[in-house]
Amino acid sequence: MKRMYNIEVDCANCANKMEEAANRTEGVKNAVVNFMTLKMAVEFEEGVDAKEVMKRVLANCRKVEDDCEIYL
Amino acid sequence: MNKKQKKVLYRILATVAIIAVYKLIPVSEESLIGAFLYLIPYLLIGYDVLLKALKGIKNRQVFDENFLMAVATVGAYGLKDYLEAVAVMLFYQIGELFQSYAVGKSRKSISELMDIRPDYANIEADGQLRQVDPYDVQVGQTIIINPGERVPLDGIVIKGSSSLSTAALTGESKPRDVSEGDEIVSGCINNEGVLYVQTTKAFEDSTVAKILDLVENASSLKSKSENFISRFAHYYTPAVCFGALALFLLPALYNILKGQPADWSVWLYRALSFLVISCPCALVISIPLSFFAGLGGASRQGILIKGSNYLETLSQVKCVVFDKTGTITKGVFEVSGVHHCPIDRDEMLEYAALAESHSSHPIAKSIRNAVSRPLDESRVSDIKEFPGHGVIAIVDGRQVAVGNGMLMDQLDVEYINCQDDVGTVIHVAVDWQYCGHLVIADIIKENARQAIGKLHDLGVSSTIMLTGDEERVARSVADEVSIKEYRASLLPQQKVEEVEKILGNAKGKVAFVGDGINDAPVLTRTDIGIAMGAMGSDAAIEAADVVLMDDDLLKIAKSVKISRKCLRIVYENIIFAIGVKLICLVLGALGITNMWAAIFADVGVMVIAVLNAIRALFVREN
Repeated sequence: MKRMYNIEVDCANCANKMEEAANRTEGVKNAVVNFMTLKMAVEFEEGVDAKEVMKRVLANCRKVEDDCEIYL
Repeated sequence: MNKKQKKVLYRILATVAIIAVYKLIPVSEESLIGAFLYLIPYLLIGYDVLLKALKGIKNRQVFDENFLMAVATVGAYGLKDYLEAVAVMLFYQIGELFQSYAVGKSRKSISELMDIRPDYANIEADGQLRQVDPYDVQVGQTIIINPGERVPLDGIVIKGSSSLSTAALTGESKPRDVSEGDEIVSGCINNEGVLYVQTTKAFEDSTVAKILDLVENASSLKSKSENFISRFAHYYTPAVCFGALALFLLPALYNILKGQPADWSVWLYRALSFLVISCPCALVISIPLSFFAGLGGASRQGILIKGSNYLETLSQVKCVVFDKTGTITKGVFEVSGVHHCPIDRDEMLEYAALAESHSSHPIAKSIRNAVSRPLDESRVSDIKEFPGHGVIAIVDGRQVAVGNGMLMDQLDVEYINCQDDVGTVIHVAVDWQYCGHLVIADIIKENARQAIGKLHDLGVSSTIMLTGDEERVARSVADEVSIKEYRASLLPQQKVEEVEKILGNAKGKVAFVGDGINDAPVLTRTDIGIAMGAMGSDAAIEAADVVLMDDDLLKIAKSVKISRKCLRIVYENIIFAIGVKLICLVLGALGITNMWAAIFADVGVMVIAVLNAIRALFVREN
């Protein structure tokens, strides 16, 4: 399952960090952050609840970049 | 500028003003009062960086640029270089502001380029025009498009005629004429008359929605260069930090061991200027920005590329494989010659067309299309079709036979075989008398030869044409457009096998160009699949990696050019940014440059790299 989310982040390096943080999150198979279009494409593991996973993704992203936002 | 950016700008201006005042008074950097006074501009310009650094430590994200800037400037402050501490923060903020402004600006201008989203659709309700959301329009409903408005949904014109501007979709400035019965595509702009259109698709399935989806989701596939840079950034910053630590400790310890003065402050200063250069900003921003600008520039030309990885592949294409029908040729049959005709050419054509007036075969249609006058079908009677041979009918009381050699044999009419032309030959006999033959061929696109020539000029070493047609036709078309190789008489599944062979032998990347209708397996098999004439064809948009909105073959060479320019900019930026940083690191370690040079190097490189990246947006015409 693949979903696209709009995000808000200030710098390109921060976007890379968000991508790493999202990929470390349990339930995420692969995540790609595009700083230029301010979008995060997330591919989820089989049978997970996307909403639950995205909450964890946001929490992890906030840890590396505290003023980032993911519009769920 | 947005609110955030304005706030930073005011802080920058205020800091500059305060420093100017201090310089005029002047405030001594030696005194305790000086240390206190310089704290004001320092905190004003750097408080957010310092706060972020603290938060970073709390979240165990030590090696980020905020932390480095904080350490470097606090260190400089400790060494009583107050002005330098303020200046480093100041330039860092100027750099960040410039970067976020430039990125925001290009983000906006590129999304405006592809602004083809229709805001509303007009429908008639109770005799009045009403504007509704295109999402709410049903399939089959009639919409009204006034001059100057954007076509909101795909459909068929049921009343009115006009010319449509497709520039936003195809980059082609020549308008397209439409009238009753024509299909029109959403995203075009109606130039002249009022059009009544019956919709054939819901908004989410319409061309405009598909294109927007493609454009907005492009570049979620990252190129190798982008991945390289994120990996590089990942290791670069920590490496520089440990380098700085080593630069601080090792020489001083060495001096102590040798019994000389340690010079702690000298080495601390050098280590701190090391940290200033450690921010990978210039690289991390300029590479994705270059790709984004490249994709934007291409889409303005009607070339949609699905991701920066494809832009990268496109720049390395060495072999282009073409499908023949619909790609090199128009895929429309036309009467290309009338030979050995003893009677008037138009008269014979008319006889043939009348005899074929009830046939739905593409060849029959092409004969009918070759006659300029309207056909009077009442002149025809007793039409007898002989499948695989032709047709015999009575026209104006005369027996007209139209068909291939076998039909002529049956009628015992002697015929002349066509010598030079390539295509299907249709003989015509009137009252058992041979009346010459028509040659019906698929027409080669006007600019095919020029387009292939341009590809060869760009260093594409091999061009190959695949076709299901026979050898004779393939050779003639290949010669005409100067394609180097061809493979003829291929069945659809053999095309895939042939492409496998080409892929096995190819030195560079292999591109396939097709119309996307029945060559999806080949499009996906090659390194990069290019679909032409995709306006209105969902299948092509889905299957290909690169989508050419119109069927202009010249766009293939253009897209290769755009990709090469973009990649050249990417490499320039990588080499320039890494090069300058390495030089500064070495000079800084040797004590030749100071912190001022370091911050200039950092911000200056970023500004230049960003400006260079934006260059990828501009595409030279022709």
